[in-house]
Amino acid sequence: MIIGVLALQGDVREHLSALAECDAIARPVRRPEELDSVDALVIPGGESTTMSKLAIDFGVLEPLRKRVAGGMPVYGSCAGMIMLATEVLDGRPDQQSLAGIDMAVRRNAFGRQVDSFEGPVEIDGIDGGPFHAVFIRAPWVESVGDEVDVLGRVTEGPGAGRIVAVRQRNLLATAFHPELTGDLRVHRYFVEMARAADMTEG
Amino acid sequence: MSEQTSSPSSTAPATGTARVKRGMAEMLKGGVIMDVVTPEQAKIAEDAGAVAVMALERVPADIRAQGGVSRMSDPDMIDGIINAVSIPVMAKARIGHFVEAQVIQALGVDYIDESEVLTPADYENHIDKWAFTVPFVCGATNLGEALRRINEGAAMIRSKGEAGTGDVSNATTHMRKIRQEIRRLTSLPSDELYVAAKELQAPYELVREVAATGKLPVVLFTAGGIATPADAAMMMQLGAEGVFVGSGIFKAGNPAQRAAAIVKATTFYDDPDVIAKVSRGLGEAMVGINVDDIPVPHRLAERGW
Repeated sequence: MIIGVLALQGDVREHLSALAECDAIARPVRRPEELDSVDALVIPGGESTTMSKLAIDFGVLEPLRKRVAGGMPVYGSCAGMIMLATEVLDGRPDQQSLAGIDMAVRRNAFGRQVDSFEGPVEIDGIDGGPFHAVFIRAPWVESVGDEVDVLGRVTEGPGAGRIVAVRQRNLLATAFHPELTGDLRVHRYFVEMARAADMTEG
Repeated sequence: MSEQTSSPSSTAPATGTARVKRGMAEMLKGGVIMDVVTPEQAKIAEDAGAVAVMALERVPADIRAQGGVSRMSDPDMIDGIINAVSIPVMAKARIGHFVEAQVIQALGVDYIDESEVLTPADYENHIDKWAFTVPFVCGATNLGEALRRINEGAAMIRSKGEAGTGDVSNATTHMRKIRQEIRRLTSLPSDELYVAAKELQAPYELVREVAATGKLPVVLFTAGGIATPADAAMMMQLGAEGVFVGSGIFKAGNPAQRAAAIVKATTFYDDPDVIAKVSRGLGEAMVGINVDDIPVPHRLAERGW
């Protein structure tokens, strides 16, 4: 099983090394044919408007939508969460997403860079205590559909109670960046999800 | 799990930490940051796929042509740019001018460039960047300079190049120099790192970290003289993690198209077919000045120490 990391822009290297540390085979994906060769995908942190534009210009958006609709396991962090949403609030008018997870995500919801923060998040399904999460000009999830599991919320501070981790079937998204912390629990969780899906497909 | 406070080991949310500041730069990687002087230009940059814009009063080519003291931008102009786009906005403060930096932070800018492109305000000290919540990017021509800036709290480094020229040669020199000095450190036995630190005029702890990891502890972008998609791609192949483009876009014939082309060439920096494709029909690049023709006292890269 091979896990791709969408490498149009953003902190690709951090995700590749986190996946490698979880004993997954990971490689960057920039082109449609590279997407064909992976079984699961991580969409990294970065600038979602840039990723959206490049995904359209290089013909990756439609193939990605098809794979997402077809059940490919995908994990998105921050910009990746925005890319996975069915609805993007405070985005650009021409911003495209993959419409995978039935949720409305508000871009830069926690504020500008001076409001970026790190702090604890409890995540359902991830043992070992609260996850030390890094939020950078981060989005939050404003509302979710019935089929979406809310896995985590901010526990303290001005953003307390906001939804920042969700899962819908094979799709996982966090508003924060586990790839920046050295804590591999979210990546392990995703690698397990991807392996389980791989088994089912046979 | 929502309303309960979590376990006692958890800490309250913290802003302005080194991780949050450096992490912001990680999110810009593989992207292009464009100099803009008006909200309209900022829109063009965002439309083209820029990951951030740098708000300034005059692009370096004009600063060079017009002379005089160059300062932080008018707060109204910075506000206008912040309101025009949804991507991060950076702004420049003069080297050592900590009050300009305080003002820029108060305006809600996402990153401050303590920049040699503006006239320095202090010829001895740079800004104490640890004292700020907003992160800083600083220029460097070599590894020692980069590590001194990081020691002062810079969360991102850009090689300097020679801004406002459209001549990429100094960007190349500075990127090669920084990378070469990093490679050299990784080859040294640990007992030689003390002298290496002395020679680099950089703190030993940072020198040891670079020797162990083979990279700077912060993101390294390139800047200064980048004018074409091929320039951007070359700097990426030389090891830059992203690109600042100053005068190269809005001093060129067709800014929107050139901006989009440089964005694509930065993502596909190792694919000559893509670079060739996006380089077609861009119209005129900025005219440019050869760095050699600029008298040494007028070279911006020499500012900062």
